[in-house]
Amino acid sequence: MTHNDSTVLTIAGVTNGSAVADATATRANIIEMTQSAENAVLRPEDCGAFDHATRAALAARVARLSADEALAQHYLAGAGDHAVLADPSETGAGQGLGTVVAFVDKVANQTRDIAPEDIAGLQAEGIADADIVRLCELVAFLAYQIRVIAGLRLMQGELT
Amino acid sequence: MSRVVHKFTRTVPHWQPRVTPVKLAEATQAQLDALQVTPSNTKVSDYVLTLAHDVESLKVRSPLFNAIMYDSGGMSRAERELGALAASMVNRCIYCAAVHADRHAKLEKDTAVTDTLFAKGEDADLNDRNRAIFDFARKAAEAPPAAGEAEMQALRAAGLSEEEILDLILSSALFGWANRLMHVLGDPVRQEAKA
Repeated sequence: MTHNDSTVLTIAGVTNGSAVADATATRANIIEMTQSAENAVLRPEDCGAFDHATRAALAARVARLSADEALAQHYLAGAGDHAVLADPSETGAGQGLGTVVAFVDKVANQTRDIAPEDIAGLQAEGIADADIVRLCELVAFLAYQIRVIAGLRLMQGELT
Repeated sequence: MSRVVHKFTRTVPHWQPRVTPVKLAEATQAQLDALQVTPSNTKVSDYVLTLAHDVESLKVRSPLFNAIMYDSGGMSRAERELGALAASMVNRCIYCAAVHADRHAKLEKDTAVTDTLFAKGEDADLNDRNRAIFDFARKAAEAPPAAGEAEMQALRAAGLSEEEILDLILSSALFGWANRLMHVLGDPVRQEAKA
């Protein structure tokens, strides 16, 4: 894959020929699989209850919860009519997604406090177990991607 | 009877899903392919059967996980386990912490590092290199991520190469992902001995 096809390298601003680019080149397979994971989690063939636009909006929201506006903008481009969900002050209640949005926020930034009731609450709203797993993969992948980007930015900060 | 484990331990608990895992007998061909089920290999954990609900994610995550934790070069395997453990402690994923503390102890043939981490948390007695690795991974795992210039400088001062630092970023970030599956979708449980 070329450098420009990788969200983590592009958003972190890793430039070709830099010391950080030399390091990431030694893990090119991991950078490539990280992009495949974004494709699978954000734009799957089998979406279940959450279509691509909803996933993109929730991804932008999770990016904003970690104050990564550049990554949020990357996802907002695909959020369409659901872009309002990317605003952390939006509850999602108007879209019938209040419980889902509250769950996304808690998994993203209060992970350790998640309890059995949080899963039971989604099930009580009729959300299928498969969709609960899909939702967790979305937020969990974002947690990974956000931290890879944050780390790459730090590596560059020290080298310039 | 089983009870939920709330304290950090190296004794790996059983993982009990909060959702119903995919039933092998009802799995689609795509799920069977991702699970790599063959006539001679029909043992699949509840965790993997749970993740099989999202087969497209599972299929890409497993090879990515293995590459980050086990590919040759860069940071040692034990130090990658330390990055994984730091994230798991921040997110209080008891199951992940147990698995990766146990792997760390086995790779090092020594329980001293994980003993002090479980006893004293961030105040653990660590040498300079382990201290720099653990502190970076612990801060990076916070939400929002809180590792900064000071933590990066400490890694370089402790002698880590750029390749090793990249591997630490990847292994600790990977557990931001794994913890949000394991800790969210299930409980770590221990079977109670019969009275």
